[in-house]
Amino acid sequence: MTDSLTRSDLLRRAAVGGAALAFPGTLAALARAAGPDPNKLRGKTFVFSNWPLYIDVKAHRHPSLDQFSKKYGVKVRYIEDINDNDSFFGKIQAQLRRGQSIGRDLIVMTDNSPYPALLVKNKWVEKLDKSVLPNSKNLVPGLRHPAWDPNRDYSLPWVSGLDGIGYNAKLTKPVTTVDQLFTDKRLKGKVTLLNEMADTMTLVMLSNGDDPAKVDDASFDRALKKIQKAVKSGQVRQFTGNDYSGLMAKGDVWAAFVWSGDMVQLHADNKYLRFVIPKSGGGIWTDNMMIPKHGDAYLASVYMNFVYDPKIAAEIDGYVNYICDVQGAAKVLQKTDPAAAKNPLIFPTPAMLKQLHQFDPVALFNPDYKQKWQKLLGA
Amino acid sequence: MAEAAGGLTAPAGRAHAGGLIHRHRSLTPYLLLAPGLAFLALFFLVPLGFLAHQSLETQNPIDFTNSFTWAWHNYSDALSTYDAQLIRSFEYAAIATAIALLLSYPLAYWIAFRGGRWKNLFLLMIIAPFFVTYLIRTLAWETILSDQGPVVHFLRYVHLINVIGDNDRLLATPTAVVAGITYNFLPFMALPLYVALEQIDPRLIEAGQDLYASKVRTFLHVTLPLSMPGVLAGTLLTFIPAAGDFINAQLLGTPKQYMIGNVIQSKFLALTDYPSAAALSLILMAVILVMVAVYVRVLGTEKLTG
Repeated sequence: MTDSLTRSDLLRRAAVGGAALAFPGTLAALARAAGPDPNKLRGKTFVFSNWPLYIDVKAHRHPSLDQFSKKYGVKVRYIEDINDNDSFFGKIQAQLRRGQSIGRDLIVMTDNSPYPALLVKNKWVEKLDKSVLPNSKNLVPGLRHPAWDPNRDYSLPWVSGLDGIGYNAKLTKPVTTVDQLFTDKRLKGKVTLLNEMADTMTLVMLSNGDDPAKVDDASFDRALKKIQKAVKSGQVRQFTGNDYSGLMAKGDVWAAFVWSGDMVQLHADNKYLRFVIPKSGGGIWTDNMMIPKHGDAYLASVYMNFVYDPKIAAEIDGYVNYICDVQGAAKVLQKTDPAAAKNPLIFPTPAMLKQLHQFDPVALFNPDYKQKWQKLLGA
Repeated sequence: MAEAAGGLTAPAGRAHAGGLIHRHRSLTPYLLLAPGLAFLALFFLVPLGFLAHQSLETQNPIDFTNSFTWAWHNYSDALSTYDAQLIRSFEYAAIATAIALLLSYPLAYWIAFRGGRWKNLFLLMIIAPFFVTYLIRTLAWETILSDQGPVVHFLRYVHLINVIGDNDRLLATPTAVVAGITYNFLPFMALPLYVALEQIDPRLIEAGQDLYASKVRTFLHVTLPLSMPGVLAGTLLTFIPAAGDFINAQLLGTPKQYMIGNVIQSKFLALTDYPSAAALSLILMAVILVMVAVYVRVLGTEKLTG
């Protein structure tokens, strides 16, 4: 911010510009060869809002962020303030609506909530700067064309993850079905569910034999009724966002609907935590990096390019234990961390993928479902 | 000539100035009040007007813009959907206020009459926890009341856990929520009580005893009535914010303990449903206003000022 253009900078830029004008074809080649322009990065601070338990940690630092910071000479402010999609979107939407900056360069939102689509539709996000994002070619093919951002102009996956059951093996015998979680008397009051409608509904609908990818009023109400019953009986203690992690680590909650990687990461606090995909099936979703309006698209794109380097992706995903969406990371891990390369939570096997289901994206926008869901949550 | 003119006009000028002040003397209090009134108008009445306007709007679910449509149904919808949370809020707030009063009165009494030169230290001790933020204090209670924590272990040991708590636990029960509210608002009760009790002239109590009143009678006829302004101020300062609280129910309770504050908070922040959040806020305000009016009427307004 404080750096000013020097005379020689200007001359150099003019020369490059002139060359580009003379030979239009060379512009792209030049940009690619040169990588990000250090003048556009120097002295800047990259502000990144993410979910808890979602990045590599070593000795209270985040090595991948430190490397980024060192490589490009930028400061990084990493904020773990996304507990669930609803409340984070609620916090930022008023400013976005008024066209104001939310003071972030990058945020992460889940595709099983309506928000990534809403952000794109309302033009509340900046376009990625693909000139500095050559590594986006490493994105796994299956995620390249989501309906809400067909060309990935506004988003790139951070990681994907699973909805399933987490339990504390010291306090309860294995909990492998949704029905067991909802009715086992020994778990009464020790169970939490996720307050994200798609996560919880996917698991419950599967347990009812319904297809969560095609929600209709009958299947929705059936699932809702089942959850209501478990809440009323006192079996379900709470609905949580990522804050279930503390309750499980402490042992106040014995079994819960959880996100896959968290259970492994929480081993540092409680080595008895386990993750299972319920017998009736689990949910799968993808979290997306997006640049909120007035965020620094250039800086954020340089960062996205950095984490799409298979080496860095391997470092982060090997730690967080979520599904890696970057091709080539598996190869890196085979050398650095063979156990992680074989971990199905990071690289799901085809058999496992068959058990996983996405939630109906149309149902996310049904106001009636939203209302009913919020009423269930008690608000 | 000039001098004469000056001599003539000067007194006239003074008389004129004096007349101005005299004529407008009745305005002086209002001029002094003006900054405060302007502040209230700008930062209370105007936002309140916005809120009222918003409460009659309808929301577009895609871009979250609102349009004014005289949507009175926001009020009836809110009342019929969230009556349970509304009633629960007042129930919890009332219980917490009563417990806070029972705990604070002896505390304030003791500090005021027996504190001696340590008074300020004791007062500081009441306030000290409040140097830590509200959220952190409540999170600390989450740990203290944890299912595996010492409090629950002790209550299990003496077989009182299901009397005080519920389902073999304290956390995520109404007890925990009410306890959290009581704790968090205790100073708002204790401090006004202390101020009221501290102002009582001890000679009045001595006089009561000189007149052969028992200690209990002296308390009931001298100390208690004289401390009523403190009781009134303390209960209002505790009850009003407690009724709108949502942190305690959120962290120490479950959806079954959610209060109206939780609903408003989630409508404003999670659902971005501003119109019904605004309607709920105004309903809460109106109900509190009515309750306070009745309460003050019963206890007498003069008590508020002493």
